[in-house]
Amino acid sequence: MDRPSTPASPSGPSAARRRLSKRTKGLLPAGDRLFDVVILLLASMILVITVLAGWVLLRGGGLALRTYGLGFLTGTTWDPVHQEFGALPFIVGTLATSFLALLLAVPLAVGAALFVSEYAPRIVAEPVSYLIELLAAIPSVVYGFWGIFVLAPVVRSIQIAIFLDPRLREIGFLSSTPTGLGLFTAVLILSVMIIPFTASVARDVLRLVPQDQREAAYALGATRWEVMRHAVLPYARAGILGGVLLSLGRALGETMAVTMVIGNRTAVVHSLFGQTATMASVIANEFTEANTPAHLSSLILVGLVLFLITILVNLVARVLIHRLTPEGIT
Amino acid sequence: MTVRSLAKHGRSNRLRRRFADAFATGVIVLAAAIVLTPLVLVLAYLIGRGVGSLDLAFFTQLPAPAGEPGGGVAHAIVGTLELLVIASVIGLTIGIGTGVFVAEYPAHPLVPTVRLLSDALIGIPAIVMGLVAYALIVVPFHHFNGLSGGVSLGLIMIPYVVRATDEVMRLVPGTVREAGFALGLPRWRVIVSIVIPSAASGIITGAMLAMARVAGEAAPLLFTAFGNQYWNFDPLKPIAALPLVIYTYSISPYDSWHRIASASSLVLVVFVLLTTALTRFVFARRAR
Repeated sequence: MDRPSTPASPSGPSAARRRLSKRTKGLLPAGDRLFDVVILLLASMILVITVLAGWVLLRGGGLALRTYGLGFLTGTTWDPVHQEFGALPFIVGTLATSFLALLLAVPLAVGAALFVSEYAPRIVAEPVSYLIELLAAIPSVVYGFWGIFVLAPVVRSIQIAIFLDPRLREIGFLSSTPTGLGLFTAVLILSVMIIPFTASVARDVLRLVPQDQREAAYALGATRWEVMRHAVLPYARAGILGGVLLSLGRALGETMAVTMVIGNRTAVVHSLFGQTATMASVIANEFTEANTPAHLSSLILVGLVLFLITILVNLVARVLIHRLTPEGIT
Repeated sequence: MTVRSLAKHGRSNRLRRRFADAFATGVIVLAAAIVLTPLVLVLAYLIGRGVGSLDLAFFTQLPAPAGEPGGGVAHAIVGTLELLVIASVIGLTIGIGTGVFVAEYPAHPLVPTVRLLSDALIGIPAIVMGLVAYALIVVPFHHFNGLSGGVSLGLIMIPYVVRATDEVMRLVPGTVREAGFALGLPRWRVIVSIVIPSAASGIITGAMLAMARVAGEAAPLLFTAFGNQYWNFDPLKPIAALPLVIYTYSISPYDSWHRIASASSLVLVVFVLLTTALTRFVFARRAR
């Protein structure tokens, strides 16, 4: 194997070392070769794990895939008693919770990132940015616990208010049993949980916007907001979008908090407050109770779909963030 | 484009522009305030409800029967530590090894693939990793066990450790490596005796951060470690974990269990926040 060079010195030391090792009759390269093999083995475990994960899920979901085919993704009935499994309620639930959460979270996260990187003085920006990161450190179950005991009662009183209003209660989109648990509560919790991901990427990207870009706009007499809108935000657009996709990936796979507040009903949701389930929450909720091969296999197949979607979303996000921003603003 | 739109704005009413600017400032400050509100609310609620339930029994006793007051979660605290040990063996070995590979062998043809997959692994939901551990370890043993829970947490840790190791090892200047080569050291000695020790504090904090992250995971443990009401030190049997206690107790109908759940949440959050704060402190010092 060709010995790779160090990042800082492409040729010098390794050439010198090759000469040296020739003099010591291959003694040193033996240790090197062993080390190389060990490190390469450990690194290739990443490859093994990814392939193994995909294969294991495909094998586990094989029974469901053979029985229901692609109709699994469009079937609306999930009935363990009659052995009929269609994942559409959970796909709809996952997409609905994730996109509604993004709708709430992205403007707030970008606003908070602008505050931290452009508006606040350093002495305020540092702690605020640290506190936003702490939001991501709180475990999902703890958000779920808080959701059950604090957020759900608040949502329940909103539901009751809607129920008591004779006009609002006729709107199907708002109708619900006032339990406090359902899609809307899950969306609120999810948006809190994904804000730090969009916000921290947006903050980093905003900091990369060249100072000239701002100064040029100020020189034209722009107000601060005009500088943000026309000179800073367009420049950071691609990177911010990457951060949004990263949050989307999180939202799609978020499990515990959602499971605890979404109501866990296996039907396609029709109302903003309706009880439903997501792909992740149905696995969490039903897996230990599943006692037929078809049920287990269907749950694993849901996991495989989730696996593929989140990998795709994350890779696109990484590409966007790595490319950051092109020179020209279009 | 920018110039043209600015010029157009320049022609419009100056008062309106100034108002728009003030309005935007208000909205942005408000957004930051709204973002921080849930953090304050969650912490205040946990402290308000949890502190009262934190006593010696909480840390030393097993759970009381449903509905009866008292009892503790000693078994779950120990269980979480056991799971973290198993997770660290897997997560740190593979994670640090891969991080070394990515940082020190930049010319190797596999590096882009490994980096890409490591990035992809970060995004895979924890519950899916639980399914993988279930299929690999629970199915062959025919019953839930702690080992599979530890493995699932270890799999989740790997990409975080890779990224931390990679980042801090690249902070070590190339001249330090060259100094080692100049002394006639082989590459592996340079990495093991010079680069890794220089990056050690960063690697350790990265590892702790990854551990803090998986310590709060409940999703992959539901059908791997499964939880246990009693002491268990055998990794081939179901093991209790703090996040699982929070989950099962907070969806239970008993008020005494809700109190245990709130105290457990507080303990978990304090552990995670302390680790995060420590990491930030160490990295901030390194950056200077």
